[in-house]
Amino acid sequence: MSQKSKQKAHLEFALNGERTEVAFAPHKTLLEVLREDLGLMGTKHGCELGECGTCAVLVDGRSVLSCLVLGLDIEDREVTTIEGMALEGGKLHPLQETFADLGAAQCGYCTPGFLLVSQELLKANSQPTREEIKEALSGNLCRCTGYLKIYEAVELAAARMRGEVEAEPARESVYGYE
Amino acid sequence: MMRLPKFNYLVPREIKDAVRMLADAGPEGQFVAGGTDLYPNMKRRQQTPRTVISVTRLRELNQITGDGEKGLVIGASVSLTDICEHPLINLDYPFVARAARTISTPILRNMGTIGGNLLLDTRCNYYDQNYEWRKGINFCLKKDGDVCWVAPGSSKCWAVQSSDLVPLMVVVGARVRLVSTLGERMVDAAGLYNNDGIEYLHKRPDELLVDIHLPPVKGWRATYKKLRRRGAFDFPVLGVAARLDLDHDGTVTDAKLVLGGIGPAPVEVKDAQAALIGQTLNDESMRAAGEACYLKARPLDNTDFVMNWRKQMARPYVLRALEELQKQ
Amino acid sequence: MATNKGNDKKNGNGQINGPLKVVGKPFRKVDARAKCTGQTKFADDIVLPRMLFCKILRSHEPHARILRIDASKALQLPGVLAVITGPDLPIPYGILPVSQDEHALCIDKVRFIGDPVAAVAAIDEDVAFDAMNLIEVEYEKLNTISSIEEAVMIEEPRIHDYGESGNIHKKVSLEFGDMDQGFAEADLIREDTFFYEGNTHLPMEQHAAVAHFDPDAKLTLWSSTQTPHYVHRALAKTLELPASHIRVIATPNGGGFGGKSDPFNHEIVVSKLAMMTGRPVKVTLTREEVFYCHRGRHPVLMHVRTGVKKDGSITAMDFQSFLDGGAYGSYGVASTFYAGALQTVTYEIPRYKYRGLRCFTNKPPCGPKRGHGTPQPRFGLEIQLDKIAEQLKLDPAEIRRQHLVKPYSLTANYLRIGSMGLGKCIEKVVEGSGWKNKFSGWDREQRKLPAGKGIGIACSSYICGAGLPIYWNNMPHSGVQLRLDRQGGVCVQCGSTDIGQGSDSILAYIVAEVLGIDPFDIRVVTADTDLTPVDLGSYSSRVTLMTGNAALQAAERARELLTMAVAEKLSVPIENLSFAERRVFDVENPETGVTFAEAVVLAESKFGTIGTVGSYTPPRSPGRYKGAGVGPSPAYSYSAAIAEVDVDAETGFVTVERMWIAHDIGRSINPMLVMGQVEGGVYMGLGEALMEEMTYRANRNVVHKFPSMLEYKSPTTIEMCDVKTYLIEDADPNGPFGAKEVGQGPLLPVMPAVANAVYDAVGVRIDEVPITPEKVLTALRDKAKGKEARFGPKSIPVVQWPTPLKVQTPGEGGDGREMPHVAIHS
Repeated sequence: MSQKSKQKAHLEFALNGERTEVAFAPHKTLLEVLREDLGLMGTKHGCELGECGTCAVLVDGRSVLSCLVLGLDIEDREVTTIEGMALEGGKLHPLQETFADLGAAQCGYCTPGFLLVSQELLKANSQPTREEIKEALSGNLCRCTGYLKIYEAVELAAARMRGEVEAEPARESVYGYE
Repeated sequence: MMRLPKFNYLVPREIKDAVRMLADAGPEGQFVAGGTDLYPNMKRRQQTPRTVISVTRLRELNQITGDGEKGLVIGASVSLTDICEHPLINLDYPFVARAARTISTPILRNMGTIGGNLLLDTRCNYYDQNYEWRKGINFCLKKDGDVCWVAPGSSKCWAVQSSDLVPLMVVVGARVRLVSTLGERMVDAAGLYNNDGIEYLHKRPDELLVDIHLPPVKGWRATYKKLRRRGAFDFPVLGVAARLDLDHDGTVTDAKLVLGGIGPAPVEVKDAQAALIGQTLNDESMRAAGEACYLKARPLDNTDFVMNWRKQMARPYVLRALEELQKQ
Repeated sequence: MATNKGNDKKNGNGQINGPLKVVGKPFRKVDARAKCTGQTKFADDIVLPRMLFCKILRSHEPHARILRIDASKALQLPGVLAVITGPDLPIPYGILPVSQDEHALCIDKVRFIGDPVAAVAAIDEDVAFDAMNLIEVEYEKLNTISSIEEAVMIEEPRIHDYGESGNIHKKVSLEFGDMDQGFAEADLIREDTFFYEGNTHLPMEQHAAVAHFDPDAKLTLWSSTQTPHYVHRALAKTLELPASHIRVIATPNGGGFGGKSDPFNHEIVVSKLAMMTGRPVKVTLTREEVFYCHRGRHPVLMHVRTGVKKDGSITAMDFQSFLDGGAYGSYGVASTFYAGALQTVTYEIPRYKYRGLRCFTNKPPCGPKRGHGTPQPRFGLEIQLDKIAEQLKLDPAEIRRQHLVKPYSLTANYLRIGSMGLGKCIEKVVEGSGWKNKFSGWDREQRKLPAGKGIGIACSSYICGAGLPIYWNNMPHSGVQLRLDRQGGVCVQCGSTDIGQGSDSILAYIVAEVLGIDPFDIRVVTADTDLTPVDLGSYSSRVTLMTGNAALQAAERARELLTMAVAEKLSVPIENLSFAERRVFDVENPETGVTFAEAVVLAESKFGTIGTVGSYTPPRSPGRYKGAGVGPSPAYSYSAAIAEVDVDAETGFVTVERMWIAHDIGRSINPMLVMGQVEGGVYMGLGEALMEEMTYRANRNVVHKFPSMLEYKSPTTIEMCDVKTYLIEDADPNGPFGAKEVGQGPLLPVMPAVANAVYDAVGVRIDEVPITPEKVLTALRDKAKGKEARFGPKSIPVVQWPTPLKVQTPGEGGDGREMPHVAIHS
């Protein structure tokens, strides 16, 4: 039975680098707080049960599924969503650039989750192998790409972030094999 | 959107406060750590506690102390990722880190805790469903109904023990510390689990799992093998944990073989252990152990894969576990 | 037709002075930045002031009469604004005119668990959920039908009171050519039975819709739909509103794959609730509800009888299909025809017979999933061909390559083949995979690959757009409107819907190519029935070809206007003007020219406001028999795939290690997007081949076994194989710049290639999907016991087929019409 909650929870946390105050019904998940109480629609959802990885965000730099985190648990923590991924001045993060350039986002629905988990990976490992990328992204489902363009985008972004500014995608990943 | 029901949420900082809060909340109270097991169950209305008490900010539950010489104490709220990555665990208890890496996905391991994994609710394809779905079968014995649809003639629930760490903790002889307002007690992992899908723990609901005590690593080796459909997300539909004590000439002096993912509790296979003890690890003794596990494994049709095949997989998976221990 | 006079038809539509600047280049998608910053607005991201939330109560009975619905408790709950039930929306609808068998909310009975019964609008989703659970429904249970076999055997109770008879929805019986003669010419006749389990699209985005009813009595619906035009029609019908008062906006789809191609009950429900409450209403389905929307792959039982000569050439094929349709018609009649239509477009099949049957069962309705109706027969056909190759000791790659249909020819069932690059596809994958060093030539003793490793090949073809619309009309299938403004802005408007495949980008690329501007200069407005001309929707792999041709025509018309104005201004002959790099200039004297914006100003000064239109209607099919409407297409794409697998003989686990796939794309408008579609097709095919299945517990009230992301097994990164892709460019005269489809075709060869590779690896035939470890292990055990080394269905139901509709083949001098019935006198 619905019981009108007497009061909303009211708390502060760092959202994409900004101190943020928010009030919300206390049984809400972080996913619901972000989308419904803060209007940040970049965090998507595919099951709300922890079975798909779509709603991943970073809390204190670690990926979590926002559908299974209580809003109440983010007090005083740092939350990064896709909206906070671009660099200062609106410049896209290298991962965003390579995901766009290589067609790693088809429908784009799982993309925010993949980008944030990839960012977490590259922070810990600047030169991941293909196997390490697969393992790191194994909790994110994508139905469009078959993941291959995502791996290539992560590899290319990693190279560029290591300072290999000239790094280019392999010809065959764009045009196919001869 | 699947949403949580309404509930009170408490975040104690001290163990004594946590257990007091639960005692106050009574049967409608529930501890939560990572939430990866409880919250989906709450969204599906399998569990609807009035009061949820988080144990994630209890300092003692977030520590890892000791080492392979003295034994290791792991706080119940330590995340599975931290278990996977902890240098000491990887050095002295690599089998624990390896088993933890097979749990679910990297993101869920960031959230899930070792305590939560050891207390994971039993799982069943008739139970882990939305409220609306369960209405279609008129519910089941574990929640809101009076028939176990896996075994309709049975008076007990056959939901499956689905943690990857449970069989391993049982074979290595881990002990857990439980604290309540009545005091604390240590329980062998082997004695923590009950062969009933509903009352699957020998732990009172008001008891808080504080930490897990791994014994010193002296003369034994252990491993865990997991059967599942996909290399991520999936719960085990068969887990094989094995521990062997070998003397200097390679004779097995003690053995422990436990199967997970096939019944409401981990299943110790004494015949398999007997087949190994006193023998060197050879093809014949290992096969005999595999055969004993095959005979003992009686999975039912309530997880992924057909049950007959899961039973058959006991043979190769036990063999593979023992072969790995042979090589260690 | 979008053609230019003097166009070199061999290179497809579209003619450009000079080298192509955009087409064929790996540009970003025009919406890539939005998608990579989380700014794309999907349906559930839309929030309107005073918006209400809807929850739909669904049946928990698979087959029952509704005796009573009591919503009084729900209505009393504070925060509830409306509850509706079946009688509030009494008019039936359905995607096909012949299957208007759905109601937005069930009226007299429910037909599967998940059928919608009542709907609530409330101030938030929590209240709506609580209210939904307060609605009381009393059912009278009916016996259920849960399989093809039951549906064929059991006539009562009928799930629907229309269809052929009992629980048989549709029967098809077609015969092309003299079958007796065909089989008489054969050196070998093989008969095989196959089963293809049903599976679902599983788009990451759950369906969502928002309805808004204006104070001026006009309705707007935002929805994650692939077919806004058909939703528009269904809303007009069921809500009894003039279509002109309804606006449907398809939001970008977070994946579709065919699962958002039907008009859905929730779209009608929120529209009705918005009309009743005067407030916007949103519904977002749960994952479980998405499983109940389904419209996915039909489970199909097949029997194939094929005659071949010693060289492997086919003399005749007799194909029978039994489709488990689930509880409603959906696209099912079309699916039944599709299950028999495209067998003929890869290898020469001079005589062909098809019998298909679709039945109703008490399960979520099946419909079109990527490959619509054709992956199942393709699976059977390609495995049978492998078996034939073994019996004849022929190389399975060669048996295919040597008997291909001819380009620009007509098949036995009157499908007009255009460009045909399958031969090149086979050559590429054979060479790339090192086939000759891996395939053991059916020699099980002297194997080239190690034990447990195997390699297999399969091919396929798919339509580039259905030749006919879903409802009968003579209008174009796709329309494009182009607006040029005096600042040089270009806006392309089209009813097409981007479901992630990149259709918005294709419009921009083609217009940019023709007008010599940058694709990112163009504003693309799509999928809005108020603002954009009709495009039938993102289904049947029709979008690149049809909207592409329409865009090309509109752009060429705009270019013509600009050319005339600039030629006059510069006093340069019209044929000398070229459009490139945002300029219009004299090719002989490139400094002489104007900017694109100046060209628009000149044209607007001369002609008035510049807007052009383009449209596309597919060519008429030569088939004239009843049933000839399914299968014809302006062009056919082709794919060949080779799979290399590892089979664990102790467990039966199959690991697909890598695939080589070549796809005849005609011409890539954007090769990178083509690659993405190929890889995505392989991925989805891999899931179907190895693990995905929609299964039910017949003895437990026909519940779906596991309507969840966890238990419906979609491959993760760990299961995805390595893919080497080859794009074969053999321009098709009907395609824009020669382009053909890629969204669906590359999925088709994956499943049979994997099955054939499993056979090569361990010598067992798995004649059904998914190829799960328990099936492989069972077959291996049978083999070890000397039994048939095969897992698969043993038989098909015995049914009374209608007298076939007989058509003489083109080779027999037929004209595409049904042969007159000859009266038999005793």
